[in-house]
Amino acid sequence: MRTKQPDSLFPQTVGEHLRAQGISRRGFLKFCGLLASSMALAPAMVPKIAAALEQAKRPSVIWLSFQECTGCTESLTRSHSPSIEGLIFDAISLDYHHTLQAAAGYGAEEAREAAIKDNYGNYVLVVDGSIPLDNPGFSTIAGVSNLDMLKEAAAGAAAIIAVGTCAAFGGLPKADPNPTGAVSVADIIKDKPIINVSGCPPIPVVITGVIAHFLTFGLPELDSLGRPKAFYGQNIHDRCYRRPFYERGLFAETFDDEGAKAGWCLYKLGCKGPITYNACATTKWNGGVSFPIQSGHGCLGCSEPDFWDFGGFYRALSIPSGVSGKTVVYAAATGIAAGVAVGAMNKKGKTDAVGLHKTVTVEELNQESQS
Amino acid sequence: MNEVDFLLWVKGPAFTFAAVVFIAGVALRLFEILSLGRKQNFAVPKGNPMQGGLREIWRRSLPVDKPTFQRSLFTIVGGYVFHIGLFVVILLLGAHIALIRSVIGFGWPNLPTPLVDAFAVITMLALLAVLAHRLRHPVKRFLSTPTDYVVWGATFLPLLTGYMAYHHLLLSPQLMLALHILSVEFLLVIFPFTKLMHTFTLFLSRWYNGASMGMRGVKS
Repeated sequence: MRTKQPDSLFPQTVGEHLRAQGISRRGFLKFCGLLASSMALAPAMVPKIAAALEQAKRPSVIWLSFQECTGCTESLTRSHSPSIEGLIFDAISLDYHHTLQAAAGYGAEEAREAAIKDNYGNYVLVVDGSIPLDNPGFSTIAGVSNLDMLKEAAAGAAAIIAVGTCAAFGGLPKADPNPTGAVSVADIIKDKPIINVSGCPPIPVVITGVIAHFLTFGLPELDSLGRPKAFYGQNIHDRCYRRPFYERGLFAETFDDEGAKAGWCLYKLGCKGPITYNACATTKWNGGVSFPIQSGHGCLGCSEPDFWDFGGFYRALSIPSGVSGKTVVYAAATGIAAGVAVGAMNKKGKTDAVGLHKTVTVEELNQESQS
Repeated sequence: MNEVDFLLWVKGPAFTFAAVVFIAGVALRLFEILSLGRKQNFAVPKGNPMQGGLREIWRRSLPVDKPTFQRSLFTIVGGYVFHIGLFVVILLLGAHIALIRSVIGFGWPNLPTPLVDAFAVITMLALLAVLAHRLRHPVKRFLSTPTDYVVWGATFLPLLTGYMAYHHLLLSPQLMLALHILSVEFLLVIFPFTKLMHTFTLFLSRWYNGASMGMRGVKS
């Protein structure tokens, strides 16, 4: 972590930085190709990305961690062997990050304040974790509440990247009953562009891809939930290699039955792929090795809001979250009781009507007919 | 409220409400009908009412009466097609069976999804055809009440939204799935209080008619 470096000692553009790290031109172009394909851009865009990235100034990045588990940072820094994605991440001037910075205490906070002051209006603010609103004391950094720190840092930011589902949508802290009154970044900050990079955690290349997109072309195109369409435009279910089994109606019923062994669809085991948008099924994890469904577990829908409350990870999507056998019994009992009551009323009406009948004798009838 | 919150609400409290209204409503209606009872018949009847009732259930479940069949060919064929289609779509799709299993505790094997999908399309076409026939046929049109059209819509919408949710058409899958479930909830809520109740009273009424016809003699 740095507060200030002499310009001559430190590369100013991403390209210079990568060369200083010993990255070959070939390796760099390969990464640009990967970025172009993951952002669904035409191959013709690769040289443009390369040129833009080469010349891009290393932006100052302030990374704030609120109510989170550090999984997003772990995802980014640990999930793969040192790669060019990681180096792009290194290429930014990361001026403040709890987990990664060497400084602690006052020194660390001074670095944050200095970065805000020196790059006011130009730095990128990355946030992971949700913000508690019920009580500012629920989560503080150096005695400053998360809410105050976010507002202060957001005021001078060029853009905000909300990394992880907690920052993007509230995530785990917001799960029912939301004990801390957790909210997302977008719930608080309304006057800055916010890019939601959701996922629990997000795919590393998606995080770096969004940063690279911001450096090269500015803000990416976002979907209705504020996520970059390039990475969140694809439905897991539509891209799932197990989809043919879904089509054929072949479902694993348990995690160890023949269907599960044969790689059948995990819908009945609670897979939320049909309503989840993310790049897992295409980009995959751990350097393209696999993704949850491929390793035999249904998608949790972790890039969608409120996925923790989705009625259970292992319950099929079509299963309602509230109705149980008990509800059915109670409802039926209520109905039967009401039916008996209505039946009794009907019977009473009938009896009353019969009671009102006057008995007439033959003589009376004869009299009436004569008159 | 975003799309996911909406879906959660639809799957949660809204579905519970609809299910309770449906189950309690059906139980209420059935008990109401059954508790009316029948007057005890003191005369010894000729013929067997039970046999007559069962025969009528059988007779009216198949188009065995030729003149009737020929007279109302379109109504009968269209009716059979969409009823069989509804049976397949509602009860033999994997996702629906998972739901039923979660509520009543047991399920049964499902059909391949594209087959159910084909049934959904055929059912929708049949429903459109019977609606067109209802609108064009002077007698049917005269006999139709606004409730008939509401019931038609309540039956058609779940099919349409389900088809669109399955194929990821028009709206996001979350929203489409939510609309699908919501349309089913509407169907469930109006079910016990409209002619949709025939699903449960059909065999009762056929049996009753048949039993009356099967009895020879006078009632006391």
